[in-house]
Amino acid sequence: MKNRINKLFQEKKERVLSVYFTAGYPDLEDTVPIIKELVKNGVDLIEIGMPFSDPVADGPVIQHSSLIALQNGMSIRKLFDQLKDIRQVTDIPLILMGYINPVLQYGVEAFCEKCREVGIDGLIIPDLPLSVYEEDFRSVFENNNLHNIFLITPQTSEDRMRTIDGISEGFIYMVSSNATTGAKSSVTDFQKDYFERVNLMKLKNPRMIGFGISNSETFRNACQYASGAILGSAFVKALEGTDLLEQKVSRFINSIVTES
Amino acid sequence: MSYQVNEKGYYGEFGGAYIPEMMVPNIEELQHNYLEIINSYDFRQEFVDLLKNYVGRPSPLYFAKRLSEKYQSKIYLKREDLNHTGSHKINNTIGQILVAQKLGKHRIIAETGAGQHGLATATVCALMGLECIVYMGAVDVERQAPNVKKMRMLGAEVIPAVSGNQTLKDATNEAMRDWINNPVDTHYIIGSVVGPHPYPDMVARFQSVISEEIRWQLEEQTGRENPTRVIACVGGGSNAAGAFYHFLDQENVELIGVEAAGKGIETHETAATLTLGTPGVLHSSRSILMQTKDGQITEPYSISAGLDYPGIGPLHANLFTSKRAKYLWATDAEVLDAALELTRLEGIIPALESAHALAALKKLQLKPEEVSVINLSGRGDKDMETYLNHFGY
Repeated sequence: MKNRINKLFQEKKERVLSVYFTAGYPDLEDTVPIIKELVKNGVDLIEIGMPFSDPVADGPVIQHSSLIALQNGMSIRKLFDQLKDIRQVTDIPLILMGYINPVLQYGVEAFCEKCREVGIDGLIIPDLPLSVYEEDFRSVFENNNLHNIFLITPQTSEDRMRTIDGISEGFIYMVSSNATTGAKSSVTDFQKDYFERVNLMKLKNPRMIGFGISNSETFRNACQYASGAILGSAFVKALEGTDLLEQKVSRFINSIVTES
Repeated sequence: MSYQVNEKGYYGEFGGAYIPEMMVPNIEELQHNYLEIINSYDFRQEFVDLLKNYVGRPSPLYFAKRLSEKYQSKIYLKREDLNHTGSHKINNTIGQILVAQKLGKHRIIAETGAGQHGLATATVCALMGLECIVYMGAVDVERQAPNVKKMRMLGAEVIPAVSGNQTLKDATNEAMRDWINNPVDTHYIIGSVVGPHPYPDMVARFQSVISEEIRWQLEEQTGRENPTRVIACVGGGSNAAGAFYHFLDQENVELIGVEAAGKGIETHETAATLTLGTPGVLHSSRSILMQTKDGQITEPYSISAGLDYPGIGPLHANLFTSKRAKYLWATDAEVLDAALELTRLEGIIPALESAHALAALKKLQLKPEEVSVINLSGRGDKDMETYLNHFGY
């Protein structure tokens, strides 16, 4: 079967909207309801966060949601259980995002097989470096039709970007600035240079910009330089509070996609 | 069998660099340059000069007569507690600040548990006129207050880490986040033999001066280069790495690390990583960790802030797995007894961390002709409040 990520980017070249949330937050059983609401509101791609006790690449918002999710009892086992019928709910691409240690403890092969079984299309594991991926993970990922999504940053050398482009399938996650997730930002001159520099490289993979995308303005700016953008911390923050999940999700997505 | 790091950054199956892409430029820069820098003539000159004239090396190797009488064996103390700033940590910070300068970095960050590494970092930053930011768990900021005051007087900014258990692991997370946010002009001085390659090897090399000195000092004093055994406490494991380093290939020298058992290895309040842990990845290297079956890191506990860490350097994980070194543990209560014993027998108040190594004496069957070297990694000034509360003076 064709990977849903590739299908998405073939059909949609611009303003692709990807949203991240932490599984198990705010409540343990919110995973499927959040996915349903995101789909209903027209999101193109969903990144489901697998919480980890020590998320070094994340800022305070996702650190907090991870902590609460773990306290709620979230685990990879529990998540797969929640996702077992998810392909009866939606056909948009689903990506799991998390740190390497819980995956290692689950067992890499078992993890990848389970991903295929429930219908996961890709993985983002920030602390799985390129070299280790190629040596120890690539074949098992590919055997299970899972795309590993690599990150590039303003500091990534051109050579390395080309290497990453060569090994990538699906899309490249373009980190907008030198930051952990959730940093406040608008598009600065420095970022503009970086975005334009990467544009000129004519990479074969589509690019999605993430980190610091938090509102309609930053979403629109990011979309000028890439196929689309990823919202994480801003959405997780929007899930706080006592309103109905349905309201929180639709209010947030509307605030992003509405042209101001 | 080699116990040193291989060209890919592994000790056996442990080590490596499990870093997010954001850290790749800095780590690759270090990987490509650290050996050339630290083997260069200029660097050696400066490093040796500072260790001698600024730190006060060589630190004495002291024959502890009354302690030896008590245990009916020959016990020597390697007096790292007499170094400038009061512990072995300064050996590494001197080395790394010189590396940072050669790489053109202007801003230094560090994590600290007991504050000894933070203090040693703040000290070399003052010495070199570099900006210094130290991350320290909020709990440790409280329990190691004297060191916090010293760091601030030295001009460092001490930022309390308020996530997790607010101890060393959390301070390390915050320091890594800082580096991700400041990738260009910042060098991260990791204080132990942990973190991504090349840190474990680089820090072990800077600390290896400890065992280098032990060998010639012991020969000078006894006519033999090799003791029967070397004993050191282990949290991340930097003082033990330094004390073991030149004995790793001397297979007849017994190497003993002592972990912090906290309230006991049967309780949840412990930091005895090798005794209780399983393989996994934390702070960018594969080692042995205290974790749940789901791979979430367990919050550790020890009376000693410097050993209150759920991981251990990959070098030690390999020495443990290959059985080259033996790892014991000591509880808080055993450690306090050992600290008081040394104080009363030798007039030396040890750091709580170092007292773990001393507590091993009761767990070993020492023979009269045997020579044991204990690495006394730090002094007890910073722990006076804990000691006073416990002993009630």
